[in-house]
Amino acid sequence: MAVAQDNATLEGRSSSPFWTVARRDSLAGFLFIAPQLIGITIFVLIPLGLVFWYSLHEWNVLANTFTYTGMQNYQMLMEDPNLLQVLGSTAIFSAGLVVFNLSLALLLAVLLNQKLAGITVFRTLFFSPVVVSLVAWTIVWGFLLQKNGGINGMLLLFGLEGPNWLRGETTAMISVIVVQVFKNVGLNMILFLAALQGVPNELYEAARIDGAPRFKQFRRITLPLISPTILLTSIITIVGSLQVFAQIAVLTQGGPGLSTTVLVYYLYQQAFQFHFFGYGSTLSILLFLIVAVLTFAQWQLRKRIVFYES
Amino acid sequence: MNKNTTLKSVLVALALTVPLACGGIANAQDAVNLRMTIWSAAEAHLKLFNEIAAGFKKDHPNVTVTFESLPFDTYTTALTTQIAGGNAPDMAWIFETAAYDFVNSGALYPLTDTLKATQGYNLDEVSTTATERWQKDGTLYAYPFSTSPFAVFVNNDLIKTAGAKTPAELIAAGEWTWDNAIATASAVGQKGKGGLIVRDFNYQIWQNLTSIWNGFGAAPWSADGKTCTMTEKPMVDALTFIHDAIFNKKAIPGPGENVDFFAGNAAMTITQISRASLLPKDKPFSWDLVPLPKGPAGDYALIGQAGIGVMQSGKNAKTAAEFVAYMTNPENSAKLSQFFPSARKSLLNAEVLKKTNPLLSKEQIDKVVIAGIATGKVIPGHTGFAQIQQIVRSGLDAVWRSDADVAGALKTICGQIGPLLKR
Repeated sequence: MAVAQDNATLEGRSSSPFWTVARRDSLAGFLFIAPQLIGITIFVLIPLGLVFWYSLHEWNVLANTFTYTGMQNYQMLMEDPNLLQVLGSTAIFSAGLVVFNLSLALLLAVLLNQKLAGITVFRTLFFSPVVVSLVAWTIVWGFLLQKNGGINGMLLLFGLEGPNWLRGETTAMISVIVVQVFKNVGLNMILFLAALQGVPNELYEAARIDGAPRFKQFRRITLPLISPTILLTSIITIVGSLQVFAQIAVLTQGGPGLSTTVLVYYLYQQAFQFHFFGYGSTLSILLFLIVAVLTFAQWQLRKRIVFYES
Repeated sequence: MNKNTTLKSVLVALALTVPLACGGIANAQDAVNLRMTIWSAAEAHLKLFNEIAAGFKKDHPNVTVTFESLPFDTYTTALTTQIAGGNAPDMAWIFETAAYDFVNSGALYPLTDTLKATQGYNLDEVSTTATERWQKDGTLYAYPFSTSPFAVFVNNDLIKTAGAKTPAELIAAGEWTWDNAIATASAVGQKGKGGLIVRDFNYQIWQNLTSIWNGFGAAPWSADGKTCTMTEKPMVDALTFIHDAIFNKKAIPGPGENVDFFAGNAAMTITQISRASLLPKDKPFSWDLVPLPKGPAGDYALIGQAGIGVMQSGKNAKTAAEFVAYMTNPENSAKLSQFFPSARKSLLNAEVLKKTNPLLSKEQIDKVVIAGIATGKVIPGHTGFAQIQQIVRSGLDAVWRSDADVAGALKTICGQIGPLLKR
């Protein structure tokens, strides 16, 4: 009896196809994500591993030497006399960019969400800097911000003598922030505009019937309902602000002093200009950790600040 | 077709194709492709280089040389990135400021034996001062193909309009000093035009100020490169003089002010003679070329250099060295000298240089070019120059403000670069 059952089972097994529906679905799923997985592996995970590996070495490109030094670069990082100032400049730049960019983008989106004649033209105008080449945009701003440049020329029309924007420690930082805000504010503006148009009109009508003033409508209805977009744009803007490079390289080269030397520019200097590739890799690991921690913290905060997550 | 016939056909086909294929492989192995990175993209330069490469190919039919232009501003960074990425060129131009890094690191293939073995090369006619920075322990690692003196281009029209004395008048009176040069520049500056421009300095490339501070006997570090000398009196005096010329006398355009001499907007500019090609042809002004003014430390000259080196890591370093020898032999050096003044003594005479620099008069060539190359010091350089350059640049930002404490800023700079100089 037992032998007969075993035979029946074996026959059953041999007759069932290997490619079951579940297996086919799994394979299809893996095939669909394969390009992305391969891309992430080759262009993200392997470089990340290599950067960590390099950070444990002293790599002299010219002498063609690659020596294992263990945690020496990390010790150097802790003792770097410039690091605090560099991190400070990075924090100031990021905070300034996020606050100005998101506020301006939201303000523009609210203004451009009105039903007015020619509104599409204004939307296009404010979005157009996003598609302009970053370096070209920065070079033009570099000319405008010269002491005898366009900005001060305009100020002179009103009888004001403008400062030497890119040569003062405070004005240089403000200048790079403003240049970056105007470059990318259109992108966040479009995202906010899409979010604003997704807010049901009935909610505003109900609020108006209840006599709620416009600012209260904005605070109680608009902000909560567009909070997922606020979270998205803030993550994108913060991560982007920590990776700013071209604007600094073109406008100030990190100066005056170290006032606009942000972390990415500093690691570029260490690795590619001073040829300390090991230490440059260590700085990029630090940048990776900062970005990862900030993104994780924002993601955790979503339950408190994002309407749909509660 | 039976099996026997098929087998025979295959054998015949193999007999015909294998030797051809092997021949092809052999030819491919013999073919040598050399790549040289350069920082010029000028059509005239590339035309000349390609002509020289074509001349080399006549004797070396299997060798092809290509020239890759990298951006001037980020040249050394781009070059070292190529090396780091395992894509080093076979040959590269090297800035005088980066010479020590390349020579001392062992990155370059020794050239002395190849140059000496090249028939008619005559390395001995190249002065030892010209090759000083490019050799180590008596071996030359890069050839200084360009040795170009700094001089002052003058816009006489602007100076006369401002009622000041022209440099030519000051030279004739034996009064061509820095004090008088700045007085002339100041007179033009007060009229709303630019006075004196140290070209390419732009408050970043501070080593170009050597064209002024050498006149004061100043130097950023000691001759052996081990000690910072920026706090010493000559440098403090020189930078105080420059600061005064910028902020009080308005003789030098201040930070953030863009003025172009060659557009006719400034009285004078300090730059290398190769910039004569920028002189305007449509709306010409009355121009002159004069030596650097006399400083408190006396007469002096400054030269900028560029070397050609062969990368040690290249697969064809020996052939590349042979090409460098060909490119810089007396005949080709004469051709190159129309753009890049040669350090060869046989080419340092007014007759030769006049042919290749038609814009300059014989007198200008004698007084500026030949005298400059013969007596000039090279722009300062140091091992780890990029890092030192950056620290000094950052430190000098404190000097480029009207209320600067020049001596204090220089003391801070020395404190920062001192340990780096001792390495």
